[in-house]
Amino acid sequence: MRRINFARIAVNVVLAAALPLAAGAQQMESHIGNLTGHSDAGRQLYFRYCWGCHGPHGNGMGENEPWVTPQPRNFVAAVFKCRSTPTGTLPLDSDLFNTLKRGFNFTNMPSWAALTDQNRADLVAFIKTFSPRWKSEKPGDPIQIPPEPTLTIGSIKHGQELFQKLECWKCHGQEGRGDGPSASTLTDSNDQPIRPYDFTSDNRSKCGRTNQDLYKIFMTGVDGTPMPSFADVVKPEDAWDLVHFLRTLQYNNPSPELTMWEGTPEGKAIVAAKRVKQTYTGSGVKP
Amino acid sequence: MQMKRVVIAGVVVLAASALAVANPNPAGGTISGKVTYEGTPKKMKPIDMSKEPSCAKMYATPPTGESVVTGPGNVLQDVVVYISAGAPDDAAPSSAAVFTQKGCRYIPHVLAFQVNQELKIVNEDQTSHNIHPMPKLNREWNKSQPPGTPPISEKYDKAEFIPVKCNVHPWMHGNFAVLKNSHYAVTGESGSFTLPNLPPGKYTVTAWQEEYGDQSQEVTISGGETKTVTFVFKAKPY
Ligand code: HEC
Ligand code: HEC
Repeated sequence: MRRINFARIAVNVVLAAALPLAAGAQQMESHIGNLTGHSDAGRQLYFRYCWGCHGPHGNGMGENEPWVTPQPRNFVAAVFKCRSTPTGTLPLDSDLFNTLKRGFNFTNMPSWAALTDQNRADLVAFIKTFSPRWKSEKPGDPIQIPPEPTLTIGSIKHGQELFQKLECWKCHGQEGRGDGPSASTLTDSNDQPIRPYDFTSDNRSKCGRTNQDLYKIFMTGVDGTPMPSFADVVKPEDAWDLVHFLRTLQYNNPSPELTMWEGTPEGKAIVAAKRVKQTYTGSGVKP
Repeated sequence: MQMKRVVIAGVVVLAASALAVANPNPAGGTISGKVTYEGTPKKMKPIDMSKEPSCAKMYATPPTGESVVTGPGNVLQDVVVYISAGAPDDAAPSSAAVFTQKGCRYIPHVLAFQVNQELKIVNEDQTSHNIHPMPKLNREWNKSQPPGTPPISEKYDKAEFIPVKCNVHPWMHGNFAVLKNSHYAVTGESGSFTLPNLPPGKYTVTAWQEEYGDQSQEVTISGGETKTVTFVFKAKPY
């Protein structure tokens, strides 16, 4: 009994020592290239531009929240969709910075490109004050992206096989329309229905538009959603082949991959069929 | 005379060894008991696996949902019974806790293991699964595991009950119980549990069921005794 009490006292002493640290968590910095963001400056901007959606406490419960799906991000949970770091880890400051510039297409999260770089860096620093995870954990090590190999038909065709083998189609549909057999049942971690990305809409995925961005998306996964990470199961050279094939699914978006694919009889037939029929392949979700 | 003494000595040795087997830790007590329900639990529906033929064909009759599993005598299975207070935190054992995807179900449905213990996730199916545990306190990750790929190795550093799902196969859901000490059990077909090797002390024993929540009782162990505890959950019929 006595021993337990001593243990309690020890715990209390440690807690008391930790309190000033917790209070210090109100101050945060961000580092993007040679920019340094400061949370104090970010706070002003946040209460001007962001709190209506993300809430005064950063928990995604701003007054606009009831009208917004997907819900505004809860910065207290600190689970982020667009990362260059592995699934389950914090993003880099630069990931958040780039997200602010880009905005999220097809959602209520606007682009903040109109702000200055310094403003965005300050906002990133302030967002990090909402969760103790930014004190207790480091961002993950960014996944390594090898240089993009030269585009070939072989690469596209191998990517097509991988899309089958890895069963991307179960969610995204055979034609990438976001209508695979599992699509209608998907919910995000807030229990809100969520639709897989529709590759045929155009090239504006949430986490960026370049080939490098596409590579990152399926390797890191989109945390907080059904979209899993494939980093442990796809080899880097295979990942590039998959990227090349994914571009051919975006048939409304001109790209070297699409041009090369349409230059083959097989590719030409597939793309033409999509354009004419507007077929949709799965169940439940309307195109 | 001589003979008799030998026999007596033999009996004493036998008795001593029997004691040692029954109770390796002479000061340790045991809490054991049963988990039951009262009322009528909702009926578990058969799972429609027709969208995943490679799994559907593994069953002669479709398996049913597993969020409430009962047995004869109103017993409840898959209840985690653990010491929630009174025992010190234990270091994680070196063995891994194994979670297997087979026939598009999780085996076991409820996997209990310790903070920082290795968790090994295996896919024995001919289809890709994604493993998507949804913790509130621990890190949330989501990984794809195609057939034939190596086991996923992870660990959790905070105690928590974590629902697990596969987004590709919406009927698949299970639970991780991440616990602070080694005193825990998950009830099987008989609904019973045993928590052995408890040093004298005052303990809170908690039983957790994924739909019915949790219940706790205080138990004091003062020596090598066995205390019996019964948990009765009120079934929610729907
Ligand atoms: C009109 C509502 C709205 C406003 C205003 C808004 N956001 Fe958002 N924000 C959202 C929504 C909705 C999401 C989630 C989108 C999703 O999950 O696809 C989001 C997501 C985010 C994310 C998550 C990025 C990731 O990778 O997960 C960050 C960071 C963010 N917002 C920062 C900000 C900042 C900083 C501001 C102010 C400059 C701001 N937001 C203003 C609605 C808003
Ligand atoms: C379990 C279902 C599921 C599987 C399997 C799946 N995805 Fe996704 N994917 C999703 C969902 C849901 C989203 C939408 C996430 C969002 O909008 O926040 C998504 C989004 C995406 C995006 C766009 C992300 C963005 O920035 O907007 C890409 C690219 C993508 N997936 C590629 C793939 C590839 C390649 C595979 C196979 C290797 C795959 N997905 C497998 C469900 C899935």
